Amino acid sequence: MPEHTRVLIIGSGPAGLTAAIYSARAQLNPIVIEGEPSSTTDQPGGQLMLTTDVENYPGFPEAITGPELMANMRAQALRFGADLRINKVQVLDTDSRPFRAWLSDDDEPSITADTVILATGARSMMMNVPGEERLLSHGLSTCATCDGFFFRGQDIAVVGGGDSAMEEALFLTRFASSVTVVHRRDALRASKIMQERALANEKIRFAWNTKVTEVLGDEKVTGLAAQDTVTGEDRVLDVTGVFVAIGHIPNTTLVMGQVDLEENGYVRTGLGSFTNVDGLFAAGDVQDHVYRQAVTSAGSGCIAAIDAERWLEAQGH
Amino acid sequence: MSEQITTLTDATFDEVVGASDKPILVDFWAEWCGPCKMIAPILEELAVEQSDKFTIGKLDVDVNVATATKFSVMSIPTLLLFKDGEVVARLVGAKPKGAMLQEISANL
Repeated sequence: MPEHTRVLIIGSGPAGLTAAIYSARAQLNPIVIEGEPSSTTDQPGGQLMLTTDVENYPGFPEAITGPELMANMRAQALRFGADLRINKVQVLDTDSRPFRAWLSDDDEPSITADTVILATGARSMMMNVPGEERLLSHGLSTCATCDGFFFRGQDIAVVGGGDSAMEEALFLTRFASSVTVVHRRDALRASKIMQERALANEKIRFAWNTKVTEVLGDEKVTGLAAQDTVTGEDRVLDVTGVFVAIGHIPNTTLVMGQVDLEENGYVRTGLGSFTNVDGLFAAGDVQDHVYRQAVTSAGSGCIAAIDAERWLEAQGH
Repeated sequence: MSEQITTLTDATFDEVVGASDKPILVDFWAEWCGPCKMIAPILEELAVEQSDKFTIGKLDVDVNVATATKFSVMSIPTLLLFKDGEVVARLVGAKPKGAMLQEISANL
C-alpha cells in the first residue's frame, strides 16, 4: 500500500523548503522529497548549495553562505514536523486522483498525494560544443566553489555574462592567476553591482563578442576554440580551466506532457502558484524565468503552500 | 567521523594504501565542498556495511595537495578505488548510495 499524504513537495531549494515550513505549520504533515546527492544543482538544497556568499537574502546583514542558508531552512522545516527524505521522485502521475509518485527503486508508486507542490528548480545549461562532455571534471566544471581550488596559479575562463558568471569569476580570482570572462555579446547581463565588481577586478579580463566553438584538450583542458561573433574570426584562448555559467533550464521532466508549459519550457502558473492541473502547484525556478532569486523563490514557495492549503479546504479534505 | 574511516595524509598515503590487504576506497574531499559533505554520511554507512569487502580512507585535498595532484584530482568529491595499490575505479561527483555502491562493487 502506498503511503498517503495531503501535501507532497518535490524539491528542497528555497521554494520547496518554504512550502514545507508553511504547510507543516498548517498541520498538513507534508512529505518533502529532497532529491539525491549530486555534484550539480540537482541535489538537496538546490542551486544555492553551489554558491558562496548570499548577500541579498533579507535578514542576514553580514551575508550567509548558500549551504548555510539551506541548512537553516531545512532545520526550520524539520522543527515544524515536515517529513524530509533524501530520495528522488522518478515518475509522477497527475492524471490519477490522488496523484501518484514513484521514488528511486520503486516498482510500484510508494506515495499518493492530494496535492503536489512542484519545486524542482532549474539546472545549469551546457554549451553543447565538442569536447565539453569529455572534459567535464577534467578542467571543465559547472561549479566554481567545488573545483576552483584546483586551478591555483592557472589561467582559466568563465563562459557567460550573467550574475552567476560574474560570481564565479570573482570567486575564482582567489585561486587563478587570471580569469577571462567569455561572453557572446558586447555587454553583460549581470546586475550593476556584480558588473562593477567584475570590471574592477584586476585578475578578470573580458573576451567580448566571443562564442565558444570547442573545448580543447585530450585528457585535460588545454584551451578554448572560439569565434568572434562580429568578424567571424577564429581564435584560441589558452586556458587550463573552463567554468560554464551560461544560464539555466527548468527541471520539468516529471511533468512533461501532463502540465502546460510556457513556450520557453517553464511551468505555466496563473494566479499564484496554480497550474492547469487541479491540485498541482508550482513554485520557484521551475516556473520563474524572470526573477530567479532565493527570496522570490522562497516567497513563491509560501504562496504555493497557502494555495494548496486553501485548495484542500475547498475540496473538503 | 566514524572510527571505520582512516584519515590519510600525503605522508601516510602510500604506506596505508600500499599495505591494505583489502581494496581501499579513498575519498578526496575538502571542508568547503558541499557535495562532499552530502556523501560523507553515505561513506560512513558503507564503511560499516561493506567492511568485509573494502575499507575507506579520506584525504583532505586542502592540506594534501601532493597526493591530489599525483592522482590528477581536479574535481571533488572524487572517490578512487585502489586494489593492490593500483587505481581500479574513479568516481567523480556526488552520487546516490545505490549508484555509488554499484560502481564500486563492479570493480572489486
